[in-house]
Amino acid sequence: MPSASALPSSERPEARAQRDSGPRPAPARAALLRSLGHHLSAHAFLIGAVLCFSLFSWYPMVREFLLAFQRTEDGRTYWAGWDNLRTVLADPAFWQAWRGTLLFTGLALVLGFAVPFVVALVINEFRHAQAYLRLLVYLPVMLPPVASVLLFKYLYDPGHGLFNSVLAALGLPEQQWLQDPDTAMLSVVVAATWMNMGGATLIYLAALQSVPGELYEAAELDGAGLLRKIWHVTVPQTRLVLSLMLLMQIIATMQVFTEPFLLTNGAGPEGATTTVVYLIYQYAFNFNDYGAAAALGLLLLVLLSGFSAAYVRLSRTAEDA
Amino acid sequence: MTTRTLVSPAQLARPRARYVYWTALVLVLVLFTAVFLGPLYWMVTGGLKSTQEAVQSPPTLVPSSFHPETYARAWEVMDLARLLLNTLWYAFGALAFQLVLDVSAAYSLSRLRPVLGKAILGMMLATLMIPAAVLVVPQYLTVLDVPVVRRNLLDSPWAIWLPSVANAFNIFLLKRFFDSIPREMLDAAAVDGASRLRILWSVVLPVSRPILGVVSIFAVVGVWKDFLWPMLTLPDPTKQTLNVGIYSLASGVPENVLIAALTIASVPTLLIFLVFQRNIMSGLTAGGLKG
Repeated sequence: MPSASALPSSERPEARAQRDSGPRPAPARAALLRSLGHHLSAHAFLIGAVLCFSLFSWYPMVREFLLAFQRTEDGRTYWAGWDNLRTVLADPAFWQAWRGTLLFTGLALVLGFAVPFVVALVINEFRHAQAYLRLLVYLPVMLPPVASVLLFKYLYDPGHGLFNSVLAALGLPEQQWLQDPDTAMLSVVVAATWMNMGGATLIYLAALQSVPGELYEAAELDGAGLLRKIWHVTVPQTRLVLSLMLLMQIIATMQVFTEPFLLTNGAGPEGATTTVVYLIYQYAFNFNDYGAAAALGLLLLVLLSGFSAAYVRLSRTAEDA
Repeated sequence: MTTRTLVSPAQLARPRARYVYWTALVLVLVLFTAVFLGPLYWMVTGGLKSTQEAVQSPPTLVPSSFHPETYARAWEVMDLARLLLNTLWYAFGALAFQLVLDVSAAYSLSRLRPVLGKAILGMMLATLMIPAAVLVVPQYLTVLDVPVVRRNLLDSPWAIWLPSVANAFNIFLLKRFFDSIPREMLDAAAVDGASRLRILWSVVLPVSRPILGVVSIFAVVGVWKDFLWPMLTLPDPTKQTLNVGIYSLASGVPENVLIAALTIASVPTLLIFLVFQRNIMSGLTAGGLKG
C-alpha cells in the first residue's frame, strides 16, 4: 500500500530526532507523568493534616472575621457592620475584663517571670540534689488543671483552709483570699504560677548552663560581686531566652480562662477576676451572642498580634545565632 | 558538674563557704519540698480524712483517723472509672491521629516537597500566631455543623481527635527533625527500590524516636490537661473527661470525697511524668520554646 510505504519519508524530522534521542517515544510526557505521580503521592501524605487544618484552623480563622461583622436573629444571618464591636464597647464589663486581664498579666509577669528565673539561678548553683529540685518544680505542670485548681480552692478556704491556719499560727490577720475583691486576682495568680512555673524554670536552667564560665571569672577579676555578676553576665547572656519567654508569657496570660473560671466561677467577687476570654465565653455560651464574642476575640487578636510578630522575629534571630 | 556558675569553685572551697553552702542547700530543699510537695501531701491526706475532719477549723496536719474508704467512695460516686476510660480513649486516639497524620505531613513537607508545599507549611505555621482562645468560638461552631459533610460532632470523640491534628507546633518539630536526617540514608533506601511509605516506616521513623517520644507525650498530656474545649464539645455526662467530670460534680460531694477524687485524677499523669521525666524534660528544652 502506497500510504504505508510513504510513512517513513513523510515522518517529520522533529519526531525522528525525538525517537533517536531516547529509548521511548515520548520521554517528556513520561517525565511529566512521573513528576505528577511524585507530587500526587506527596500530597497524599499531606492530605489528612491539611483537611484537619482546613476544618479546625483555617476555616475558623476566616469565620472569626466573618462572625465579628455578622448578626444572626431568628435563624437569619445578615451583615451588621460595626454593630457587634459597638455592643462590646458599650458593655460595662468590657473595661472590667480588660482591667482584670491586664492585672492578671501584670501580676503573672512579676511572679511568673521573675520567680522561675530566680529559682533557676538558685538551683543552678547547687552541686547536689539538682535532679530532685528540677523534678519538684516541674511536678505541678503535670497535674490535671482541675485537680490543682480545686486543691488551691481548698487551701484558700477562709474557714478550714491551710493558708489561713498558717497565717493564724504566725499571728497574722486571716484573709478572705478568693472572696475578697482586693486579694482575689492575686490569689488566682499565685495558684496559676504554682501550676505553670515548672516549664519556664527548666528552660531558664538550660539557658544558664550555656553561659560560658570564663565570663564569670573575668567579672571576678574586675571585682564584681554576686549581684553584679548576675546583672552584667547572666542576664545579658540569657537575654534572648528571657525575651522570648517574656513575650510567650504575655501572649499566654492575656488568654487566661481556666484558673479564674474554676477558682472564682469566672467573674469573682464584684467582678474582680473577670478576664477578656471569660467575657468571650459568656457572650458565646451564656448569651448565645457569637457576633459579640467574635468581635471581642478580634480585638484580643489584634492586640496580641504585635506580641506574636515580635516573638516570630526574635525566634528567627535565635535560629540564625 | 564541670560548668562554672555564679559562685566560683575557689570561693566554695573555703571552710566557711562550705558551711554556708550546705545550710543554703538544706533550706532550699525544705522550702521547695514544702511549696511543691506540700499541697500534694495535703491532697493525699485530705482524701484520707473523715468528712468532718476535712472541713474542721483549724485543719489537722495529720489525719486523726484514717479513712481510705473515702477513695473507694470517690471512685463510685463520681464514676471515676468511666471518666478515666473516656479520657484515655480521647488521649490515645488523639495520639494515634497525630502520629499518623502529622508525621506523614511533616515527612512530605520535609522530604517529598510537593507543589505548594512551602505555602501549606507557611499557612500551618501562621496558625501559631493566632491566639488559641480567639478560635474557640468559630471552632465550636464548626463542630456543631462540619462544612461539606454536614455532620454534628458534639459528644463525639472526633471533636477531640481531629482538632488535635491541626497542631502546627508538632509539624514544626517533626519537620525540623526530618530535615536533619542525612540525605544519603534516604537515597540508599530509594536506590534499593523502597517505596516512600517504606522509607518513612523503616528509615525515617526508627531514627526519629526521640522526637516521636516528645510529640507523643505532648499529645497525651495535652488532651489530659485540656479543660475548656472538652467542656464545650462533650456536654453529655457519660462522655466527659476527668477534668470536666470532676468539675461538674465538685459542688455536689463532701469535701473529703472531692479531694480524694482529685488525688485519683492526678495519679496517671504523675506516673507518666515519673516514668518519662527524662524525655519530657529534654523535650521541653530541646524542642525549643513552645509558641
